[in-house]
Amino acid sequence: MNLIELRNITKTFDLGEVKLQVLKGITLAVAHGEFIALTGASGSGKSTLMNTIGCLDRPTTGDYLLEGVEVSRQSSNARALIRNQKMGFVFQNFNLLARTSALAQVMMPLAYGERHIQRKEAQKRAEALLARVGLADRMDHTPSQLSGGQQQRVALARALVNNPPFLLADEPTGNLDSKTTVEVLEMFRQLNEKDGLTILLVTHDPKVAAACKRVVKMTDGLIESDAMNGGNAP
Amino acid sequence: MMNWIRILIAAFNALRRNVLRSALTTLGIVIGVGSVIAMMEVGNGSTAAVQQTISSLGANMLMVFPGAAASGGISFGSGSTMTLTPGDAEAIFKECPSVRAVAPVVRMRTTQVVYGNRNWVPSETSGTTETIFDVRQWAVVSGAYFTARDVRNAACVCLVGQTVSQQLFGREPAVGKQIRMQNVNLRVIGVLEKKGSNMMGRDQDDTVVLPWTTAKFRISGNSSGGSGGSNTAAAASAGNHKTYPGSSTGLYPAVAATRAQNSALSVRFVNVDQIMASAASAEEIPQAMEEITNLLHERHRIRAGELDDFNIRDMTEVGNTMASVTETITRLLMAVAAISLVVGGVGIMNIMLVSVTERTKEIGLRMAVGAKAGDILRQFLAEAVVLCLFGGLMGIALGRGCSLAVQEFLGWPVQNSVTAIVVSVAVSAGVGILFGFYPAWKASRLDPIEALRYE
Repeated sequence: MNLIELRNITKTFDLGEVKLQVLKGITLAVAHGEFIALTGASGSGKSTLMNTIGCLDRPTTGDYLLEGVEVSRQSSNARALIRNQKMGFVFQNFNLLARTSALAQVMMPLAYGERHIQRKEAQKRAEALLARVGLADRMDHTPSQLSGGQQQRVALARALVNNPPFLLADEPTGNLDSKTTVEVLEMFRQLNEKDGLTILLVTHDPKVAAACKRVVKMTDGLIESDAMNGGNAP
Repeated sequence: MMNWIRILIAAFNALRRNVLRSALTTLGIVIGVGSVIAMMEVGNGSTAAVQQTISSLGANMLMVFPGAAASGGISFGSGSTMTLTPGDAEAIFKECPSVRAVAPVVRMRTTQVVYGNRNWVPSETSGTTETIFDVRQWAVVSGAYFTARDVRNAACVCLVGQTVSQQLFGREPAVGKQIRMQNVNLRVIGVLEKKGSNMMGRDQDDTVVLPWTTAKFRISGNSSGGSGGSNTAAAASAGNHKTYPGSSTGLYPAVAATRAQNSALSVRFVNVDQIMASAASAEEIPQAMEEITNLLHERHRIRAGELDDFNIRDMTEVGNTMASVTETITRLLMAVAAISLVVGGVGIMNIMLVSVTERTKEIGLRMAVGAKAGDILRQFLAEAVVLCLFGGLMGIALGRGCSLAVQEFLGWPVQNSVTAIVVSVAVSAGVGILFGFYPAWKASRLDPIEALRYE
């Protein structure tokens, strides 16, 4: 069973008089343990596809099966729970809460889970994850006291705190310099290889795409190419 | 329940991230609640002080007088029949729930009192029971009241007012002195507090108060008729020997001949000149009057349509003044309370709306990591409620502080008001929910994609 299965997904935005079709029939399957780059020019529909896969947006037509279950037509509360349990998000601009310690940032998604997690346990999990991304000594730091690379690592720890099967990264290296880009990509690669985390990474940087094992290129609302590559370290 | 506590703690932590703004936001509520409490306390104190002043004038007091006797077409005027008895007074006390205290009063015609080589005629000498001091709210400055036992025993004791004390004893202590009243020795056991003149200008301190039994049976020495003011009535109604119309019993119960021979005075018919009753509160005066009227109708066997043999008078004018004073103060406070709390609430709503806009990205992020619309709603609502509750608590401190300062520096009377505190905390939480709901609802309706993209 594939982790993600998209069947003929379309998305049309209704802009008053004009109807804008952004996705024109996407069919895509992602197996467990893949490391995919989703590339394409601006306006190619990759962000919309990303939002659809991330259960933030609903497709106009088509089916979206996550672990074999149709999720695109579930209630918004059910989809909120899916976002919480099944996936982690990493954003280009990190999206950390201002004036909040790294530890609290990482613990935040645990508050929205199905069952309540004791504070002690939540803290233990968050500490372990922060240690894993190399921020053991910066747990009390707020975003303004962290560098870009460190902020993205906090965001990564936050995305992983619920042990989701896959990670959605929207231009995760877009705001980072080349050195930290390499560090973050290395971290992704390790998570993918050692923990079997499925990663879907949106980027328009060919170098970043080259670091992934499979590259899906989109043009004008359709998948133009879908190719495996070696997954070379950048 | 636990869940709510967690949400409130989270809200508290969120507010702590911007202490200055939270403090300024809640300032409206602090001032609102603080002023409500200070106003309520100062207002309550003033109302109580005004009420006390007025009720010391006898505002809650009801006076029951016997009705008018008429003989040969000539009316003798109010108080000229002998229809009120100490039993009536007791019955009023027992059976009228709106009446707090009752005292029968026997007025004695101006009587001279003598001490050593001085003498004085008090303007009022009354025989009564120990309850009169409660009815008239009259304290002693030295000595003690006479007791129910003194009344039963017709003890030769009396209390004197300030004027009498001054005239007879000068600067010497009055308590313990023996005075004479119509050749009966009375021991002064207490001096009454200064009351000044009453509303008609009569000196209320020019008085001697003694047990009515003493006045009736020892001093006037007249057991079958009235004493003092009641004497006129004796002539008017003694003839028919029938006090109550329609009553089959005579004025004096039938006494066996042998018994009558043995003790001529074993049964005494006694009347009093007035019954003073105190209503439990100013509001209950009309009810008390009705209860007393009904009771006396029953006791005096007066059928519907027949003329009453008694009159009840109250201090309507004083009572009305008091009611309007209290009402005005209360309304004023209500207005201030409402205005300041609404202003505070609008302040909270304003800042919460700004906060929602400012934290759009945070809301989007929280939704992306799994927050439901309800979670967002609860979060913002909780923040508003925490702000208001905190404002409420600080307001209580501020209000208490203000009213204590007013008491300390201005010397105004202040009365603690638990109601004010409870109400203002409840209202501030209510304001938080009311004015926090719209911003919170707005936050929960945000589209996560839009919110995440918001700059």
